[in-house]
Amino acid sequence: MSTTVYIPADASAAAVGAEQVAERIRAEASTRGADVRIVRNGSRGLFWLEPLVEVATGTGRQAYGPVTVADVPGLFDAGFLSGNSHPLSHGLTDSIPYLKKQQRLTFARVGIVDPASVDDYVAHGGYQGLKRALGMDGASIVKEVTDSGLRGRGGAAFPTGIKWKTVLDQPPQQKYVTCNADEGDSGTFSDRMLMEGDPLSLVEGMTIAGIAVGATRGFIYLRVEYPHAYRALGKAIAAARAAGYLGRDVLGSGKEFELSVRLGAGAYICGEETSMLESLEGRRGEVRVRPPLPAIKGLFGQPTIVNNVISLATVPVILARGSTFYKDFGVGRSRGTLPLQLAGNLKHCGLVELAFGPPLREILYDFGGGSLSGRPLRAVQVGGPLGAYLPASQFDTAVDYEALSGIGALLGHGGIVAFDDTVDMLQMARYAMEFCAVESCGKCTPCRIGSTRGVEVIDRIRQGIDREKNISVLSDLCDTMQYGSLCGLGGMAPFPVKSALKHFASDFTGRPA
Amino acid sequence: MSTLDPRLESTVRTIAERFKDQPGPLLEVLHAVQGAIGYVPSGAVPVIASALNLSRAEVHGVVSFYHHFRHSAPGQHIVRICRAEACQSVNGAVTEAHAKRRLGIDYHQTTADGRYSLEPVYCLGNCACAPSVMIDETVHGRVTPQRLDELLS
Repeated sequence: MSTTVYIPADASAAAVGAEQVAERIRAEASTRGADVRIVRNGSRGLFWLEPLVEVATGTGRQAYGPVTVADVPGLFDAGFLSGNSHPLSHGLTDSIPYLKKQQRLTFARVGIVDPASVDDYVAHGGYQGLKRALGMDGASIVKEVTDSGLRGRGGAAFPTGIKWKTVLDQPPQQKYVTCNADEGDSGTFSDRMLMEGDPLSLVEGMTIAGIAVGATRGFIYLRVEYPHAYRALGKAIAAARAAGYLGRDVLGSGKEFELSVRLGAGAYICGEETSMLESLEGRRGEVRVRPPLPAIKGLFGQPTIVNNVISLATVPVILARGSTFYKDFGVGRSRGTLPLQLAGNLKHCGLVELAFGPPLREILYDFGGGSLSGRPLRAVQVGGPLGAYLPASQFDTAVDYEALSGIGALLGHGGIVAFDDTVDMLQMARYAMEFCAVESCGKCTPCRIGSTRGVEVIDRIRQGIDREKNISVLSDLCDTMQYGSLCGLGGMAPFPVKSALKHFASDFTGRPA
Repeated sequence: MSTLDPRLESTVRTIAERFKDQPGPLLEVLHAVQGAIGYVPSGAVPVIASALNLSRAEVHGVVSFYHHFRHSAPGQHIVRICRAEACQSVNGAVTEAHAKRRLGIDYHQTTADGRYSLEPVYCLGNCACAPSVMIDETVHGRVTPQRLDELLS
């Protein structure tokens, strides 16, 4: 009987050598005449252990990592195919505390299943949500999503069910379901991991959305920087179609849903929903003025759902297990779970899915293990490049939408980037303005001009030119951008700048030499 | 606006014809043209415009809006250095400076021997294994200056 060995095909695992390890294990197995079946799974999200190789045994999957090509013969010698111990052993994967302490709902299958296999997906609870949805009318499906309390995981946290209801309420006509997979925030990779590790949950979520609101056509707008995800989605969509889960007659229900992937072209702004629609239509990704809302007049002028990858991929579990099950996780108005992404200067970077509400400190130290460099953590940026920088005095803030917005920060797409005490916060503020200048679509003046002026003003502060006056100019400029911009790029780029000014003022006023 | 040589023009025209009946096909066409030729030559703009029934200004506007589309032939290999926060937090700027020094070029330039083009990129989604560098289609993680030297040699 063959032994199953799991080696992630995840882009980050590949970036640290998973492809070479997979090849070496294949070659070594063949030399030794070992009967090995290699499955290229997604990542479990324990990136400091990647490449993480798992072996299926009678008692569960045994984990070994980080495995290099040079370790492979030793692993065979030690009998890793029987789950035997080795210096790289971590025991049963599911017992690793980082994983065991999580509440994985959206990521339940990521790293477990073969991403390209519909059979494996179904064997792990996949497509139960769609099957249930096919027996319900559109309004009941939308109600289930509304009742679950699911809010947009892209960053804006708008209630998903309310968006869907607006589309459902439009008279029958061509409607669209679009997935915003333009995950451009630094420090975020949950969309990528999900699309690479369990793409069928996104496919199922979009199919349910289509059935719910009467949309027959879906598009996934994927950033071009994600070639692995592009391939994984292509395979998953083809497999779903071949198995009857997509197409003219979804599972014999008489309902139609077809899905395709469109690539972006390296524009951060296309993560803004109206820019994304412009880009999908083949135009410059310039922000549209709202109203009309995309739900009423969206893609090609038709009613359109625009949801993030994680929002859509969470829909199957809500439909399969019910809104109450999902709603029971979380706190206050932040219901359910959020896949947090730990990145930057932390020992244990990775994906941590938890119910909303744990203190940031627990995430940074219990999961993240503190700084990678061993120096004290000084600043943490939560919510991507437009998110505020939090000083250590705010590490006890709860990780939920309301608690973070209460201190002038935001949760966004759940990215957490940590910096140690060598960080220069004036430089980070300058970078925020520079990034906004590079990525501004140019449509509105506060964002287009303000960001460039922001870089210049910060440079003057750096040089010590009229420091006090220029700090006050910078604050004014931040207000102009925040209140005068058309969309969140210019409107939120001031958050990192203002928070740096507020909490790390000494970096702007000249530090002791 | 330069004109394309007939072979390239026919390539561009074939691609545009292939996509023209899809809804909003321009980005798809530009991706395919860049995939086939390596960049989007200015001479391709009128060919695409005529095939898709768009103005040249509309096509040029789209080509120039997106960072991914190149206007001239790149080097044999494209080296993209991630400049975003997560990479900065683990000394990405050191890797960035090293790349510029070693290749002797700045961003958006190509080495004199035509081997490498250097481009900035803002996040590759590899933030848990930063700093990140993408060479052609392959992402590399935990790239120190020393590791970059290995990758480029």
